[in-house]
Amino acid sequence: MSAPTLIPTVEVQDDFRTRAHKALGDAQLRNNFRSAMDSLMTKRAVAFSDAHEREHLRALGNAIRARALSKLPDLLEQLEQNLTRNGVKVHWAETVDEANDLVLSIIRAHEARQVIKGKSMVSEEMEMNHVLAEQGIECLESDMGEFIVQLDHEKPSHIIMPAIHKNAGQVASLFHDKLGVEYTKDVDQLIQIGRKVLRQKFFEADIGVSGVNFAVAETGTLLLVENEGNGRMSTTVPPVHIAVTGIEKVVENLRDVVPLLSLLTRSALGQPITTYVNMISGPRKAHELDGPQEVHLVLLDNGRSQAFADSELRQTLNCIRCGACMNHCPVYTRIGGHAYGEVYPGPIGKIITPHMVGLAKVPDHPSASSLCGACGEVCPVKIPIPSLLRRLREENVKAPDSPNQVMRGQGSKYSRKERFIWNAWARLNSSPALYRLFGFFATRLRNLTPSNIGPWTQNHSAPKPAARSLHDLARAHQGKQGDQ
Amino acid sequence: MSAKQNILGKLRKSLSGTTPLADNFDEALVTEPWSYPPEQRIAQLRKLMEAVHTELHLTTGQAWPQLLAQLLRERQLPSLLIAPGTPHGQRVVEYWQQHPGLPALKAYDRPVEEWKAELFNDTPASLTGTLGAIAATGSLIVWPTREEPRLMSLVPPVHFALLKASEILDNFYQVQQQHKWAEGMPTNALLISGPSKTADIEQVLAYGAHGPKDLVVLILEDQ
Amino acid sequence: MSELFYNAVPNTTRVAPPLPEPRQYPSEKPARVYLFGTCVVDLFYPEAGMDAIHLLEREGIRVEYPQEQSCCGQPAYTSGYTEQARQVARSQLALFAGDFPVVVPSGSCAGMIREHYADLFKDEPATLQQVQALAARTYELAEFLLNVCKVQFKDSGEPVKVALHTSCSARREMNTHLHGRALLAQLGNVERVEHNHESECCGFGGTFSVRMPDISGAMVADKTRALKESGAHQVLSADCGCLMNINGALEKQRETLRGLHLASFLWQRTGGGQ
Repeated sequence: MSAPTLIPTVEVQDDFRTRAHKALGDAQLRNNFRSAMDSLMTKRAVAFSDAHEREHLRALGNAIRARALSKLPDLLEQLEQNLTRNGVKVHWAETVDEANDLVLSIIRAHEARQVIKGKSMVSEEMEMNHVLAEQGIECLESDMGEFIVQLDHEKPSHIIMPAIHKNAGQVASLFHDKLGVEYTKDVDQLIQIGRKVLRQKFFEADIGVSGVNFAVAETGTLLLVENEGNGRMSTTVPPVHIAVTGIEKVVENLRDVVPLLSLLTRSALGQPITTYVNMISGPRKAHELDGPQEVHLVLLDNGRSQAFADSELRQTLNCIRCGACMNHCPVYTRIGGHAYGEVYPGPIGKIITPHMVGLAKVPDHPSASSLCGACGEVCPVKIPIPSLLRRLREENVKAPDSPNQVMRGQGSKYSRKERFIWNAWARLNSSPALYRLFGFFATRLRNLTPSNIGPWTQNHSAPKPAARSLHDLARAHQGKQGDQ
Repeated sequence: MSAKQNILGKLRKSLSGTTPLADNFDEALVTEPWSYPPEQRIAQLRKLMEAVHTELHLTTGQAWPQLLAQLLRERQLPSLLIAPGTPHGQRVVEYWQQHPGLPALKAYDRPVEEWKAELFNDTPASLTGTLGAIAATGSLIVWPTREEPRLMSLVPPVHFALLKASEILDNFYQVQQQHKWAEGMPTNALLISGPSKTADIEQVLAYGAHGPKDLVVLILEDQ
Repeated sequence: MSELFYNAVPNTTRVAPPLPEPRQYPSEKPARVYLFGTCVVDLFYPEAGMDAIHLLEREGIRVEYPQEQSCCGQPAYTSGYTEQARQVARSQLALFAGDFPVVVPSGSCAGMIREHYADLFKDEPATLQQVQALAARTYELAEFLLNVCKVQFKDSGEPVKVALHTSCSARREMNTHLHGRALLAQLGNVERVEHNHESECCGFGGTFSVRMPDISGAMVADKTRALKESGAHQVLSADCGCLMNINGALEKQRETLRGLHLASFLWQRTGGGQ
């Protein structure tokens, strides 16, 4: 068994539509996602079997997140003060580059060569593995799913279940090829192989990196949830622990995490709680026998303050990263996480990514939704995801010279032709005379409807208007009624 | 301008003219659905912890060292890591002195750096105390201390935990309030709700991911 | 959506609206109602609109069909062309000014009026008041028949198995699936069968179906497969967008199964047209 060291990540190819098209044609992938999402939906439904309890808890979760955002700058300062008092070093980064520089400078100060990572989506935003590998520093994922995708030069396809796109056979081949172990599809054996490789890495690592689920301002506590124990390993065994998190993750009081924790684990996995809830309030004290000698927290903005500036879009930052929106999304279920081409896939990805990378880089994201509302219905903190998608569509088609600058890359889907069509549509539908004329020709000339009308006839037969419109029928009917 | 000033400046500008939202935390929502009659707390804890492969044993303040010795023998564990500076660590030492031939005892009595390899490679089991448990979620509460450091409940593949029945509370909120957590947190506080596990491969649940493969809870019914 | 009723400073951090109370229904049937036919029913499913009129008239209700009506504005609204949607919505407001119910034989359009018009007019206090009043008296057809007319249908048809598909937004905004199911349960010879992933979207989503035809196509393929596998002889829906999507796909697949508007089915089963 040989342990991997520097693993590059393969760059994302193609545009969204092409990736989605490919994914839709991959029967194995479709099947892996469908069965996994079905199972996660069932687990959540069982965990929230009392609708009354669920809805009131969601309302509380929403109120807690909204309250935290309504005083975010003050809470961030309070968090920093309390963490500093506890001996944690707090750093601030506006961009992912700044965040990586901060991490690198800590690594260099310790002359560290090996980094072991607990699961952290913010570190994915930073592409930390890649950045560190370029500097010759090994940065290995320790969450089993993250480890699997890293071994395969991939990125996570789900924020909670990073390797959900693979089945056991695919993991078996991967471990056989990359770790030189005997081929086995037995999940227990595969996990034990991962455990063995990674235990050695925990043992050797100079630095442990983790994310944060909730940062409690009141006590200066970083709370991490996990099932595997890799989060505890990463934050306890290496002599230095670096936590990276977004500026929105702060909550005001310790008690606020009680409902949020319940919402998070039940929404994500249908579990009443995760195996470990790890609350870190400081580095090892002088008399203690283990734990990191140094704890750092990097607070990353990366576009969050842009979402924060608009009170509607600010609701995006309620997110507690449970993944329920993607588990319930009919689009995500069919195309999987990689098709989105960004760190955060699924509904939450569609509303948060434009702030991180600019709308112009992900112009199709807001449109890739039927607005069915499944995401908003299950969101534990009641983010109105469908409304936010609609709002992003509005920003996306804004004229470039619009005086109202809301976000980077806005207007990326602006098209004079399309705007002209919608203007004509609006005139038609707000002018009874024009609409009547249109209805008259559409019904009378119904047999002239072309059989190929672009994308619609890709999946459908051509629609044919009725011989007479409801306007006509109703008028005739009312005339008849009048005669009686 | 520093990154901190820039970030806080932008956030403050976005909130200008607004007032913070009121704190209307309704504690009933996190307590009422999660309250149990005292006699049902053990059953509730057992139900949830056993569902995630935790082994629970009912015993007494008097009998537990004997049960522990028996469980160690049954599992053929060659040694046990204990915290000699704790009362329960002392009980183990005393019991072991009276009963020769039991698995070897190891003490976590020096900084991890001095014996890290042994901890990782040659420490098959550990015993720790707990601060109590939470019936609603099936969780043990562990506050590592100098005597009982963090890695005791993490690195050894088998973790034995002592739990006084009287210290099982209903829910996490109650725990925070009764123990006044908000007034002072330790460097590390933990909730442990089973042996480590993962479902990262095809959603198939596998135990013993990175932490203990077995969690064995000895509930002291008379304490 | 309804979360916009924040009266404070515009940049105040938003809290979700309070949990909705169950809708209160009038204790008596009104003497007359408006029918908002919707653009898709008007041009593609006019018989469904007529059947809705018949069902209402049979309840002794006079049905007004303003001839100047067109579209609720939803296609532009969900495409991000808010100003254009507002223009169309505004043109409809005056047509339904009388203080009696507006019945809509299409779930998502009823939802547009009930849940989203307020968003369109949030910056126009006078109009906002008007659309809030309109929203309060707007009903989806099945909901209106069930809860306002309190219909008691007598089935006169042969035994048949049907599957019911409800528009996602209507189901989530107005529980239309429950109303549709309750009406079908009144029909003795009608067996409603569940289909796989019943609550999942059919893939229509307005312009989504033409902007993202690959993904939408995969969704409607799964939906039509589930409907076929359900063993239903007939698919029912009270949303014409979904019906166009499902029927167009079934026709393209050369299947014989078809979707029918719930209004037409109810009317046919209960002696209508005879």
